[in-house]
Amino acid sequence: MSLLTIRNLTVRFATATGSFTAVDGVDLSVNRGEVLAIVGESGSGKSVSMLAVMGLLPDTATVTADQMTYDGQDILAMTPAQRRKLIGREITMIFQEPVASLNPSFTVGFQIEEVLRLNLGLSGKAARNRALELFRAVGIPEPEEKLKAYPHQMSGGQCQRVMIAIAIASNPRLLIADEPTTALDVTIQKQILDLLMSLQEDYGMGLILITHDMGVVAETADRVVVQYKGRKMEEAEVLDLFENPQSPYTRALLAALPEHATGDRLPTVSDFFDKEAVR
Amino acid sequence: MTPVVEGRAIVRDYHVPGNMLRRARNVRAVKGIDFSVQKGKTLAIVGESGSGKSTLARIIALIDPASGGELLIEGQRVDISARRPGPELRSKVQMVFQNPYGSLNPRQKIGDVLTEPLIINTDVPAAERRDRARAMLQKVGLMPEHYNRYPHMFSGGQRQRIAIARALMLNPSLLVLDEPVSALDLSVQAQVLNLLADLQDEMGLTYVFVSHDLSVVRYIADDVMVISKGEAVEQGTREAIFANPTHPYTRQLFAATPVTDVEAIRARVARRKAARQGTVA
Repeated sequence: MSLLTIRNLTVRFATATGSFTAVDGVDLSVNRGEVLAIVGESGSGKSVSMLAVMGLLPDTATVTADQMTYDGQDILAMTPAQRRKLIGREITMIFQEPVASLNPSFTVGFQIEEVLRLNLGLSGKAARNRALELFRAVGIPEPEEKLKAYPHQMSGGQCQRVMIAIAIASNPRLLIADEPTTALDVTIQKQILDLLMSLQEDYGMGLILITHDMGVVAETADRVVVQYKGRKMEEAEVLDLFENPQSPYTRALLAALPEHATGDRLPTVSDFFDKEAVR
Repeated sequence: MTPVVEGRAIVRDYHVPGNMLRRARNVRAVKGIDFSVQKGKTLAIVGESGSGKSTLARIIALIDPASGGELLIEGQRVDISARRPGPELRSKVQMVFQNPYGSLNPRQKIGDVLTEPLIINTDVPAAERRDRARAMLQKVGLMPEHYNRYPHMFSGGQRQRIAIARALMLNPSLLVLDEPVSALDLSVQAQVLNLLADLQDEMGLTYVFVSHDLSVVRYIADDVMVISKGEAVEQGTREAIFANPTHPYTRQLFAATPVTDVEAIRARVARRKAARQGTVA
């Protein structure tokens, strides 16, 4: 049932002062139709491990893994051409800054039709119709008009809807969303999360949601992986994680939520464990 | 008691210049807002992007003048539209900005960051400026030896501590904080919120705290003002607003805020399971 399986993934970056290990022996798998949340703070390696799957890391990065398979196919052994067939079609990704993810010089209609042309071989009227269909699916009002709009003429929430439309254009089986709502207001965040969840259910996609926000995890995930400094601290079903967190780091993260504050002071990570214990 | 800061019908217009196709027009970003904050209290201003909350914060921080209405700092009417605020007024109100990566000059050492407000606004001699800066570093949880380092050597949370230290160098009575923790990681956010609470107790500071995050507001605020499209749609004590939000916009904000309550998660997981079995059957 497993769609993506990663075993012992390590990502090292060559830097001026030697090699830096951003992801250190992480195991991960996501099933068909499952929502997996990867939670961690900045520097936890949560984005880097997914960029490694997508092959989007710079040349300074060295990726090693005992296993990295998508639907039984070995991703690491693929030729670039084979990989391109997979990435952007079967596995797609959306990013944190929707406005920056779109090209400011082209209309959003052009950008979505480009994907349809390259990945599905659609052109002209067929591409236009499919683009309209996708814009409707992600809830963009007046889709005919909006196809002609440039990214700067749309709000952040609408740009993220366009990005989602582009990401689901090829009916992917796995969507990776890297902090999809961090740059957005809470009310817009709610709309985008609702949209992702309903698309995930309708299309039966696997969804990997990278986030630092425990609130987002609580509202979306089936299963959760908690990462800290490149290592996996804990993996649990979402309810178990919130009800009975095993790792001290997870307990610290949950206690640091302002809504869980009991007294005058918020507990911090160092109240729960010293960093030496982890490294 | 005179409030530390009071606003009466504060208005702010922005002029949008016209072009060939469009006539020039005025946009009213803040549409007549009243508020007051007593000494040692925290007023939280909540709203979404474009609601005018940062515009209002900049007016209170004496960075931008209001286009109309009255602003009173410690009972004194203040108008900065004609003349910039002098050292005395500057020393009363200071601001901390959202992004600690953007608000510190990368070419300035931390010591210079902290002593600059003293150089501009006071005639404190150099030796004392240094001593005060070192003492302030300790007060915000950093080390005196950080004095000679540059901003890039610090993490986001440490930088926000530096920005707070800089704002406190002149012993202000009012601190305007524009989303001071929204760029920080959760565990660091907790540390900075604790620091702000400690400093408030210790120095009797008054805060105007701009935020879009209701869970942070619930933790730190005494009074809450919800603004939408330049208007204060709801104002009251924290208890009153969180217990019984009356305006539809406030309710909408509450409904959109993610819930991390175990029962809520249990309900969601159960709903999802049911929906799945429905599709299978």
